[in-house]
Amino acid sequence: MTDRLRRTALGALALLLGLAPLACASAPAPASAAGTAEAKEKPKSPKNKKMRKEGMPASGPEMRRVTEAAYASTYKPIPSQPVLIRNATVLTATGDRIQGGSVLLRDGKIAAVGANVEAPAGVTVVDGTGKWVTPGIIDAHSHLGVYASPGVEAHSDGNEATNPVTAEVWAEHSVWPQDPQFPLALAGGVTAMQILPGSANLIGGRSVTVKNVPARHVDAMKFPGAPYGLKMACGENPKRVYGGRNRSPATRMGNVAGYRAAWIEGAQYRDQWREYEEESKNGEEDPDMPDRDLQKETLAGVLDGDILVQNHCYRADEMLTMIDIAKEFGYKIAAFHHAVEAYKIADVLAANDICSDIWADWWGFKLEAWDGIRENAAILQKHGACVVIHSDSAEGIQRLNQEAAKAMAAGNRMGMTLREEDAIRWLTINPAKSIGVDKQTGSLEPGKMADVVVWSGNPFSVYSRAEKVYVDGALLYDRNDPAHQPVMDFELGHRTGNEVDQ
Amino acid sequence: MRKPLLLLAGLALAALPAAAETVVITGATLHTLGSQGTIQNGSLVIENGRIKAVGANVAAPAGARTIDARGKVVTPGLFDSLSRIGLVEIGSVEGTADASVEDDRVTAGFNVADALNPRSALIPVNRIEGLTRIVAAPSTGESLIAGQGAVIHLGGPGDFLVRSPVAMFARLGEAGARLAGGSRAAAILRLREAFEDAKDYAANRKAFDTGDRREYALSRLDLEALIPVIRGELPLVIEANQASDIEAALRLAKDYKLDLILAGAKQGWKVAGQIAAAKVPVLVTPMENLPGDFESIGATLENPARLHKAGVTIAFMSGEAHNARNIKQAAGNAVAYGMPWEAALAAVTSVPARIWGISDRYGTLEPGKDADVVIWDGDPLELTSFPTAVFIRGKEMPMTSRQLELRDRYKDLSGPMPPAYRKPQP
Repeated sequence: MTDRLRRTALGALALLLGLAPLACASAPAPASAAGTAEAKEKPKSPKNKKMRKEGMPASGPEMRRVTEAAYASTYKPIPSQPVLIRNATVLTATGDRIQGGSVLLRDGKIAAVGANVEAPAGVTVVDGTGKWVTPGIIDAHSHLGVYASPGVEAHSDGNEATNPVTAEVWAEHSVWPQDPQFPLALAGGVTAMQILPGSANLIGGRSVTVKNVPARHVDAMKFPGAPYGLKMACGENPKRVYGGRNRSPATRMGNVAGYRAAWIEGAQYRDQWREYEEESKNGEEDPDMPDRDLQKETLAGVLDGDILVQNHCYRADEMLTMIDIAKEFGYKIAAFHHAVEAYKIADVLAANDICSDIWADWWGFKLEAWDGIRENAAILQKHGACVVIHSDSAEGIQRLNQEAAKAMAAGNRMGMTLREEDAIRWLTINPAKSIGVDKQTGSLEPGKMADVVVWSGNPFSVYSRAEKVYVDGALLYDRNDPAHQPVMDFELGHRTGNEVDQ
Repeated sequence: MRKPLLLLAGLALAALPAAAETVVITGATLHTLGSQGTIQNGSLVIENGRIKAVGANVAAPAGARTIDARGKVVTPGLFDSLSRIGLVEIGSVEGTADASVEDDRVTAGFNVADALNPRSALIPVNRIEGLTRIVAAPSTGESLIAGQGAVIHLGGPGDFLVRSPVAMFARLGEAGARLAGGSRAAAILRLREAFEDAKDYAANRKAFDTGDRREYALSRLDLEALIPVIRGELPLVIEANQASDIEAALRLAKDYKLDLILAGAKQGWKVAGQIAAAKVPVLVTPMENLPGDFESIGATLENPARLHKAGVTIAFMSGEAHNARNIKQAAGNAVAYGMPWEAALAAVTSVPARIWGISDRYGTLEPGKDADVVIWDGDPLELTSFPTAVFIRGKEMPMTSRQLELRDRYKDLSGPMPPAYRKPQP
């Protein structure tokens, strides 16, 4: 980092910290040119020294938090009036089913759930007779916005396939909020999703978790307080992408060497910051603040426990290897994604508290998916492991309820007794847990975000459709009311009913 | 609609397996898709591989095995009108994918029947979920005309070809334009050139053989393959999605008197009246509703319902192999978005039978038809229903698959021996 860049960056930091801006702080700081020769120089002007004392971050995690603040969620729930949904079959995702139940949404939160909920004065009552109510569906694995429709080259923003380790990229900086796939997912009852980079790289970058609300910028969609995820990928994809260019990784062992090399660097970086933190604490005169490095900063964020590892991995043996690597470097894997062979190691996944974010029945499209079975979810459930039905698809995200239904039915065909109140958890509280937002949403419990879907019938029937979708208490989709059906810019003129040829 | 039993060169008519069992299915709700409609508490007799009798009061033949199907639902076996089963084992594994060729000549002579694998591991996986017949179709590799497809049944390797060739397959739209050098107009031009050459060749074979005819853009075998197409004897399936491409296909069919079938037709609802007037059947994938490319803008889950309402003949296709079984989910979604239930079931049974010219043998539960019969534990289009028995041409299929063997190996992870020792009993 040049002196100028360092100073402007520090100025921007000072702004974020609410300090008086420095003279040179008005220009936005370009991304750090990490690892350049210039970065080795460590200019220490008196100005720098003074700043550190007055408000520079005292630790690596603090530095991350401060810089992330520039990109913080600006999401504000859309204003809403209280709503009471009455006399519906309510699946709470806490394991309960309430027949003839009610759910009260007030001030953007779930205010009450139960068989008998008093209607407050002035509340809008929704008759739920014959209908089912569930928490909003959460897709733990989406590429909406980063692989937007139309899927032309100009919209291919999900894989920074220029280096096997690109921990420095953030999916949110590719998200096109006008992607017409967002409202289609909303019509399928999806109220939140994790958007991930693709799987071309060993370490593909940060994910972003969003509320499924139309907005002009991703910041206004970002789920408040959601942790970042780090996308990692096993198996065929990285070795194909880079092996095809005659560079590492070209094999699975090359994959593993690549992850380990990256984590060694991430750990060193974390240690440099710890040293600096120690020096600062001890009141040393001129503590040596490490140069920032976006790639290592994200890796250190995982090692510090702030960023959740979201690991694309198909084969059982490779998942076990990934668990070994996590042990070597002291991080936790939040979820294996796709996890087509998770059923073969359901006991290990349960013991390690790792979610399996899976398709209901995709299989065979490549060799590492050859052993995919419809009972994957059921066998995981049977062994007490965390099951998440994810989409990884702009079509699949529209009917995650149907996918869960197939997985549930396959388990029952095997002799289990899986019920709707079990399967709903695969779509709501479990994905919330796997992306770290289960305290805020994912179940119908008082105090949680009022992310709620009213279905025309049993959501695990092919004939049922989401009728009303509330996000933080606001009715963002109503199948029977065009006023509550968002249309993105791209589809204006095509889907609004004014076309000549309709 | 195709005429059944049209005598074509290369047409294979599968003989029924010998010594098929006599079975009577009793007490079921029978969706016959035929003149008897839906029969409550009815019986169906399978004899010599065929449906012998169907009705509310049917006597069981002496010695017949009885299947008590009270509370169950019986339908014809399901049909996927455009599939890669038998052509693709694992798409990304070279050596197991035979649906297309990287050859930029017009490959009209390419016939999937020469590549089909009736022992594919994908067949049992799909069969135990009620799929009994498919059109195995070539996909476009580098050629505008992909080649010829075949109807096969999934009941085992014996005589698996039901009708071959059943149709020629080609593409228009964005993919067609790319294959023709970059413009939709070039794609139409290439097709016209192919048809013109085939016509000229058909009238001047002798002169061609002696070298006394102009050069053609196509090879001799490709021209031969196109002759039944330009004579209207072999259907041409054109995949097109944009309304203007559909219109171009309709014009082409009119000019050359082609027996056209449309596939895809995501914007079909915009020109439904024209398609219906031209009496052109359409193969649709009901769950595709993304504006995934510019020719799919306006794609909607209501496309099947809107086409149906306009009087268009519709059958459903998966366009894939491993999960072709989900065609029943696709049909269920078409119902959820406005198509009548009976029409959606017909779109995977009786309607494809008519479109593909095999309705004399398959597509309804009526006496004389091949006994492709599925007993379901519930509504066949529902996500939670499975077949309890599947018959193909009168033969009861084993309800096993490699996938179920994996399930049974791993459903309990305890035990002293490694999983490799848990295997099906012979």
